[in-house]
Amino acid sequence: MKRLTDERAKILFEHLSKYIGTNVKQLIDRPDGTYCFREHRDRVYYVSERILKLSECFGYKQLVCVGTCFGKFSKTNKLKFHITALYYLAPYAQYKVWVKPSFEQQFLYGNHIPKTGLGRITENAGQYQGVVVYSMNDLPLGFGVLARSTTDCKTADPMTTVCFHQSDIGEYIRAEDTLF
Amino acid sequence: MGRKAEYSEKPKKGPGRKARKQGAPVFRKQSFAPMEEEDKKLSHRQKQRSVKREQKKVVQKAKLLEKRAKGKQPQPVKRKTAYNSDSEPEDEEEVQQQEASSDEEVPQLVPAPKSQKSTAPKGFTDDNDAWLKPKQQKKPSKKPDSESEEEEEDEDLEEDSEAEVEDDSEGDDGLDAEESGEEEEEEDDSDDDTAQVGKLADLSDDDDANSDDDFDISGEEDNAEADSDEEEDEDDDDDDDDKLPIERANKKLKKREAKEAQLADDELLETVDRQDVFQLPTEEEEAEKDLTLQEVQQRIKDVSLVLSDFKKYRQADRSRGEYIELLRRDLCLYYSYNEFLMEKLMDMLPLTELMEYLEASEIARPLTIRTNTLKTRRRDLAGALINRGVNLDPLGKWTKVGLVVFNSQVPLGATPEYLAGHYMIQGASSLLPVMALAPQENERILDMCSAPGGKGSHIASIMKNTGVLFANDSNRDRIKAIVANFHRLGIVNAVVSCEDGAKFRNIMTGFDRVLLDAPCTGTGVVSKDPSVKTTKSEVDVQRCYNLQRKLLLTAIDCTDAKSSTGGYIVYSTCSVLPEENEWVIDYALKKRNVKLVPTGLDFGVEGFTKFRQHRFHPSLNLTKRYYPHTHNMDGFYVAKLKKFSNTIPITKEQQEEDEKQLDEAIEAEATAEVAEEAAEPEEESGQEKGPKKLLGKRAGKPSFTEIEQELKKKKREESKTKYVAKVFEQPVKAPKKPKPEKPVEQKEKKSQEVVEKTNGSEAPSKAASKKNQPNGNVPASKSDAKSFKKKKQENGNASPAKPVGKKSKANGTDSPAKPAAKEPKAKPQAKVEQQSKPKTTKLANAPRVEIDEVPILEGKPIKKQNKLKQKSKQIGQLKKSKTGANAGKKQKFKK
Repeated sequence: MKRLTDERAKILFEHLSKYIGTNVKQLIDRPDGTYCFREHRDRVYYVSERILKLSECFGYKQLVCVGTCFGKFSKTNKLKFHITALYYLAPYAQYKVWVKPSFEQQFLYGNHIPKTGLGRITENAGQYQGVVVYSMNDLPLGFGVLARSTTDCKTADPMTTVCFHQSDIGEYIRAEDTLF
Repeated sequence: MGRKAEYSEKPKKGPGRKARKQGAPVFRKQSFAPMEEEDKKLSHRQKQRSVKREQKKVVQKAKLLEKRAKGKQPQPVKRKTAYNSDSEPEDEEEVQQQEASSDEEVPQLVPAPKSQKSTAPKGFTDDNDAWLKPKQQKKPSKKPDSESEEEEEDEDLEEDSEAEVEDDSEGDDGLDAEESGEEEEEEDDSDDDTAQVGKLADLSDDDDANSDDDFDISGEEDNAEADSDEEEDEDDDDDDDDKLPIERANKKLKKREAKEAQLADDELLETVDRQDVFQLPTEEEEAEKDLTLQEVQQRIKDVSLVLSDFKKYRQADRSRGEYIELLRRDLCLYYSYNEFLMEKLMDMLPLTELMEYLEASEIARPLTIRTNTLKTRRRDLAGALINRGVNLDPLGKWTKVGLVVFNSQVPLGATPEYLAGHYMIQGASSLLPVMALAPQENERILDMCSAPGGKGSHIASIMKNTGVLFANDSNRDRIKAIVANFHRLGIVNAVVSCEDGAKFRNIMTGFDRVLLDAPCTGTGVVSKDPSVKTTKSEVDVQRCYNLQRKLLLTAIDCTDAKSSTGGYIVYSTCSVLPEENEWVIDYALKKRNVKLVPTGLDFGVEGFTKFRQHRFHPSLNLTKRYYPHTHNMDGFYVAKLKKFSNTIPITKEQQEEDEKQLDEAIEAEATAEVAEEAAEPEEESGQEKGPKKLLGKRAGKPSFTEIEQELKKKKREESKTKYVAKVFEQPVKAPKKPKPEKPVEQKEKKSQEVVEKTNGSEAPSKAASKKNQPNGNVPASKSDAKSFKKKKQENGNASPAKPVGKKSKANGTDSPAKPAAKEPKAKPQAKVEQQSKPKTTKLANAPRVEIDEVPILEGKPIKKQNKLKQKSKQIGQLKKSKTGANAGKKQKFKK
């Protein structure tokens, strides 16, 4: 467990703000104790400082996971959020997309969302805005990036992709080996 | 925000929709009730016929009157072989009586009064009642008005009987006419005697019967009968007068009772005979026979019957042991267990329960899921799943989070709810240890063997994501499952680590509660993993329970007795063997300052306080056992311990009674437990307490003389009586049981080399061990080191441990033998050891005992093996994951 370098911290917060905007603040200033981001084997963990201290007893190799994993830095210093970050992204998300029940399964298999699968969408979302994807009964399913702005979506063809898939909860099963 | 389009719940419209619910269909009453003749319209012909009948009746009545006027006269009537049917004529007579008394024009009324009559004073036997029924049904057909249709329906079946009946009645008429008075009673009973009546004219009757058949269909005959019957009625009346009905009933009853008694006797004899039929097959028979499964099953039944009342059913020349041996073999064959496990189970469960257990183990337990209370409530989850076509129910009153799934149209491991972490697929039994642990909020809790995280996540959800949960597992492959599950279920207060559980006390202590769901042989989950039935052996069990003891001691050491809310340890296994359960707890009770407390689970079987020769601490009845056949969950064991002091009792004692401990250690070395005892000091090295120190103290001491040893032995025995915990020691030796056989075999091999020591034969082993220790750390450590090396070399070999035992024993060889043999058991073993020492023969010759014991020696060598395996596995998996693994998972999910 080590602190993030300034560079990586910057990347992380930029990335976070794509999805939850100014709510990043709420992740850091919490009423229930100090929480912090830490890096362990290129993965970014978000954890209470109290737990972090306790975890220091473990050796580098023995420690597998502390708190919640947000994502992983690639060798080229690019951050990719894992589906595990959804736990914190979903409640703070500013832009959301709802998919129709008929498209739920498709999305969970890793497909992009076409206009036909789109049930609802937050207004005023611009192109390439990070969004959290929900099912129609408000179950967070994953997150992605808008391929079209909200206004464009209205006029788009039924089959055009409106939201690129980035991560979905199906990965817990599909990618258990690579995620953790 | 956003447009709202309601796709989810649009009510159906249009032509396809059913506007009104169709009412329940209405049927006419008649369609179900048997047709009544009144309802039918009579055809013209029928009317004609009925008129005719009426006329005939009138004529007959007239005739009858004439006859009566004449008085009784024997009628020359054809007689029939009236088998058993004597009662029926009476029946008819009664009916006719009724007819005569009541109006003949109301035939429908007849059946009812008749039924009353038939049960009334005449007192037909039960058998007769059975006979009577068909007759009653037919009755209407005999009435003049009744329809020929009905007769036609019954024609096929009843024609004959009818004919008979009628003939009988005629015959009876004759009889009654001839034989008056008490004859009647005999007729009633004549069911049993058969054909009493018919003796007179068997031959002539046959023809009549045939001719009578023809008449049946028409109503005329009935009329003909009517006359004769009415005559009979009079006769009956006469008979009745002679004896009170109650008297007759009494007589009959007596006869019947006598008969029943005889029947019962016969039956009893018969069954006894049949039971006697089962005989233990001799060995030759056994060898020759090829048995089918059915035969084996039958034999299992037979033998268990014999064993249920052994005195009664046994063969005089066969012992119970033989029966049990046969039963065990059959059970092994039938349920495909190996002998070892079956023996254990037979020791553990009474016979009837054993059968249930085995049967239940063949059936899969119901699929259960646990609601993740962090994300949803059980009711919501149930609703959501039901919408997906899952048929489920709450698991039981004892849990608020469990659901049992009966069937499902979707894969339960891939529903969006599952992926969103609303539930976890988990056996019902794995809810129990967490419930027993009863975690509180803001505690620090350790789950020592956590993978795949089911119980751990349950703990976290009970804590509501407060406090800290440490989930540990030594298997790095399975760790991933923990992490994945924790993230999926939204657990954020967890630290997941991959440490050796037995060394956890070096890393962190002071937990409020510790859950140890120890690795075990899995004998309780046979239904999940049938390979357990055949693969487990004594060695596996020993390996498991030694590991379990180590882990449990560690778990206790990690717990903080001063914790304001906790200080509890919950130990659970999915095994049913006492070796892995009660025994381990008993061991911990002795070694640490812990006591058993009630688990808080209100169901389950109490743990054993004694098992065969073992006597456990009486408080072990506070632990709980669960069996597949009684609770419909996996075989499971849960014990809850409370730590009441952070000090380790052993060290105190050690300071107080140095010698006693020394003896203990010696004894330990002499016995199979050596390994484990040796391992323990190593673990505790960090704390500089316990046996290790002891070793150090011993280091400088010279070897003991015989006298000294004897003295010590005496002391030891005394202390055994004093020291309650000692009781425990005995079971430890128990696994040695198999020894004597094997060494004998070896003896045969090496018989030339056998040099009998003059002194008690068992002594050498002890002496050897004593020598070993007194000699100081040096030799012991040497042997250890050697064994380590060897193990490393032989990693691949089946029994890496063998050399260790040998070496240690080899060290002891020079020592003088100790007199006073304690247990004859140990003798052969000791001899073998002696033989093997000087020769340094190869592993193959080593006594089996050692093999068993070696794994116990330390956790380390085993672990090293494991590590190697793990590494190779990891490598393999890396390759796999690049290629197949991922795809496989995808597929699985897509299903």
